[in-house]
Amino acid sequence: MEELSARQLREAIAKGQITSTEATKAVFDAIEKYDGAIGAYISTFEEQALARAVEVDKKIAAGEPVGQLGGVPVAVKDNMCTTFGATTCASKILEDFHAPYNATAVGKLIAADAVIVGKTNMDEFAMGSSTENSGLKQTVNPWDTSRVPGGSSGGSAAAVASRLCIAALGSDTGGSIRQPASFCGVVGLKPTYGRVSRYGLVAFGSSLDQIGPVTRTVEDCALMLNVIAGHDSADSTSVDENQAPVCDYLEKLDEPVKGLKIGVVPEFAKGADPEVQKAINEALEVYKSLGAEIIEIEMPHLDYAISAYYVIATAEASSNLARYDGVHYGHRTENPKDYIEVYSKSRAEGFGQEAKRRIMLGTYALSSGYYDAYYLKALKVRNLIRDDFTQAFEKCGCVAMPVSPTTAFKIGEKIADPLQMYLSDIYTISANLAGIPGISIPCGFDGNNLPIGLQILGPAFGEDKLLRTARMYEAKIQWHKKKPSLIE
Amino acid sequence: MSDIQYKVIVGLEIHVQLCTKSKMFCGCAVEFGEVANSRVCPVCLGMPGVLPVMNKQALEYSVLAAMALNCKIAEFTKWDRKSYYYPDLPKNYQISQYDLPFSSDGFIEIPLEDSRTKRIRIIRAHLEEDAGKNLHTAGNFSQVDLNRTGTPLLEIVTEPDMNSPVEVRALAVELQRIVRYLGVSEADMQKGHMRFEPNINLAITKDDKEHKTPIVEVKNLNSFRALERSVEYEIHRQLDEFMETGRAMEMGNKTTRGWDAEREETVLQREKEEAHDYRYFPEPDLVPVKFAQQWLDEIKGQMCELPLSKQVHYVSEYGLSDYDASVLTAERSTAEFFEKVVGAGGDAKRLCNWVTQDGLRLANEKGCSVSELGITPEKVAELTRMIVSGDISSTAARTVSGIMITSADLSPREIAEKHNLIQKSDAGELEAIIDEVLAENAKAVEDVKSGGKKSKKARGFLLGQVMQKSKGRANPKVVSEILDKRL
Repeated sequence: MEELSARQLREAIAKGQITSTEATKAVFDAIEKYDGAIGAYISTFEEQALARAVEVDKKIAAGEPVGQLGGVPVAVKDNMCTTFGATTCASKILEDFHAPYNATAVGKLIAADAVIVGKTNMDEFAMGSSTENSGLKQTVNPWDTSRVPGGSSGGSAAAVASRLCIAALGSDTGGSIRQPASFCGVVGLKPTYGRVSRYGLVAFGSSLDQIGPVTRTVEDCALMLNVIAGHDSADSTSVDENQAPVCDYLEKLDEPVKGLKIGVVPEFAKGADPEVQKAINEALEVYKSLGAEIIEIEMPHLDYAISAYYVIATAEASSNLARYDGVHYGHRTENPKDYIEVYSKSRAEGFGQEAKRRIMLGTYALSSGYYDAYYLKALKVRNLIRDDFTQAFEKCGCVAMPVSPTTAFKIGEKIADPLQMYLSDIYTISANLAGIPGISIPCGFDGNNLPIGLQILGPAFGEDKLLRTARMYEAKIQWHKKKPSLIE
Repeated sequence: MSDIQYKVIVGLEIHVQLCTKSKMFCGCAVEFGEVANSRVCPVCLGMPGVLPVMNKQALEYSVLAAMALNCKIAEFTKWDRKSYYYPDLPKNYQISQYDLPFSSDGFIEIPLEDSRTKRIRIIRAHLEEDAGKNLHTAGNFSQVDLNRTGTPLLEIVTEPDMNSPVEVRALAVELQRIVRYLGVSEADMQKGHMRFEPNINLAITKDDKEHKTPIVEVKNLNSFRALERSVEYEIHRQLDEFMETGRAMEMGNKTTRGWDAEREETVLQREKEEAHDYRYFPEPDLVPVKFAQQWLDEIKGQMCELPLSKQVHYVSEYGLSDYDASVLTAERSTAEFFEKVVGAGGDAKRLCNWVTQDGLRLANEKGCSVSELGITPEKVAELTRMIVSGDISSTAARTVSGIMITSADLSPREIAEKHNLIQKSDAGELEAIIDEVLAENAKAVEDVKSGGKKSKKARGFLLGQVMQKSKGRANPKVVSEILDKRL
């Protein structure tokens, strides 16, 4: 059962070949067995999940229709609000926070009859690339437990990779879905900004954040996107479907893209490890063999993406995280002298190092006298990067590059050097700055048997073609069928 | 002191609460005086993960008000986050507008004495959300009520074009009248729907040199009286201070003061203008707005004639006094009712008298507007014609007015007839009564005829006797004429 994809499992449940209860129990058995070592979950809801599974099974037994995820056990990153359990953002400041509402994406999972098994670990407030910044626990990479799972959606990627759920939701502000998917050998999609409602996603960088699926197959990615995509009147930045229609992403998934032109930026890709470059080039060869044309393009402003990103993301974060002040909810310091101390001590005690660092960076960037030099300039760079992509997509249907310059690094390797950590986001953040969709798919392993990811970026609201492009490749390779050694 | 002259310089910041049904970014009801924290939801509480959604009505009201203030409406506008930490602000930023307000460069005409008006320039008007309230009533801690959080506010900033407390008050009152006319705010001062922050200083000419005193901003005034009195107080205080210290305005020495309503004085709050850095940046959760011309045209279609314009034309067109015109135009419904009454025909001055006296009195008693009394403009016109023609006395007309409210199917004449209120103006009938009275009061007749000191009083007595005999229904004008002939 655990090797079934979400789509296969849903079909099997619908046909009565397996019950949701059995599938859910199997997932909890796996969690019991492996999550002590992996640490993917912050919280799990066994009782509730099994009750849900029983409900779905009853529906099926009664011949009632079930949703697109009918009975499939899924996980949700712990920065999406749920009325059940806590919503911690892996932060001490929200450790005991219980949200009074469900995030729109979570509500859509439930409406699609998914069984939510738990909430996954992450870098605190999604700030990080290794899940080491979690204020609550460490998640390890199931391929090598001495290594990080990537981040910030490290818990979701590790859980999917080690079959502790069938599919999961992550969020991606600068690569937080794609990079951990790459590190853990699974598929991760960051949809176009505005494709999936952000309502109920605890904000980090509001103009960059996007919820997306982490799955084992491209098909499951399409299935999950089917469930969560669409306009939401509660999110003004979610896009009007008259402007950009949502389609059935499964419908034509297996139709290869005709006349596919893939853009590559050789200069830019050179920054990656040779083994990563090699795997990417081999993947491109597969595409060539499928009739795709590889063309070299120039994207002159990508080099500035990291600088612009860390100004914009931290500026927005400094404002988004201002509300965690100990006054209305969340951690409050004991015996404050006055209300200023309620703020300063609650925040000093509640936030971890990285959150504090980014709040300070962002506050500085927005300060009067610095705004023009930092924030405004970063916005200008952002526009140039957007233009780079617009021009690129006039020449090619998509752009391919690595997800990360390296495979999963050792726990503790980069934590003392934040700048080094930031630089590892080089290939992923431009998609967030440009608001375009990007997918990470397994494309090989390095000498340490660690997964490597291929990233494909497409034009805004071109998820259908992007998924088809990814599927073309996936159909030809076997990388995604390999299991991490830990669970073999 | 004799060689000192000074000019008062005042600019105003005004917050007007818009009367939308729901808050600016969520569906919570905007209600006053409800149980603390009962009109809140995750959005206005600033819970993790929530997002604001713009209340279209708030934007429409704001644009309508800005149009009435002759502001330019921007083609493109956006919202910004204004960051500061305070317990009544759950997100610790306020969604406001910074560098691209939706409107700017307007003006408001304000009425002054002797039918004069003055134009006060408006720098900008923008739309922002209100904060909650901190309550310091419970011992060793403060409480926070977030019912008001997220209520839409229109912030209007004027140029420092006002030069006296009277002008400041006039602007405030005029603005209240305008927003009420437009129906965009109840502008109820008691409920804090209008809050004022005057910036006050003086340009003092001493020994042929001009000195400007440091600007003082008085925070959070919520009555016309407090506004006017605080400006008056500041004028004297700044004058005294200047005489004592000679301190003049310079960069960074603007101070903030509060108003102590009991002692009627301003109290220092912040000495130096603290280097407040609000770290404004564009609100990423709201999409910028481009106004469609069609939408703007639709809003323009809701525009009505503004009160001051009405007031001025009532004076010039109908010859009403400035005072009467201002009473008629205090509320839009009264003014519009008056216009309908005039349209129904008759002498404007008399129609005005009915509206401002009987009409408003009855409306006040009933707790409704004049137009809601159930008295049609046609009936008012008819009643007034009856007074003019002498068919009914002013006193009797008042009685008829009162009855009209409950007798919608009867005309004023029918009511007057039914209640025996029609005046006797028939000379023959009245002459008989007068003859009787003259015969019965020979002494008084003599007094009148003698033309002495007692003459006037005696004549009044005879008139009174006639009125009494006619049970108050004799037309005094006709009686008076006959008496003149007889005596």
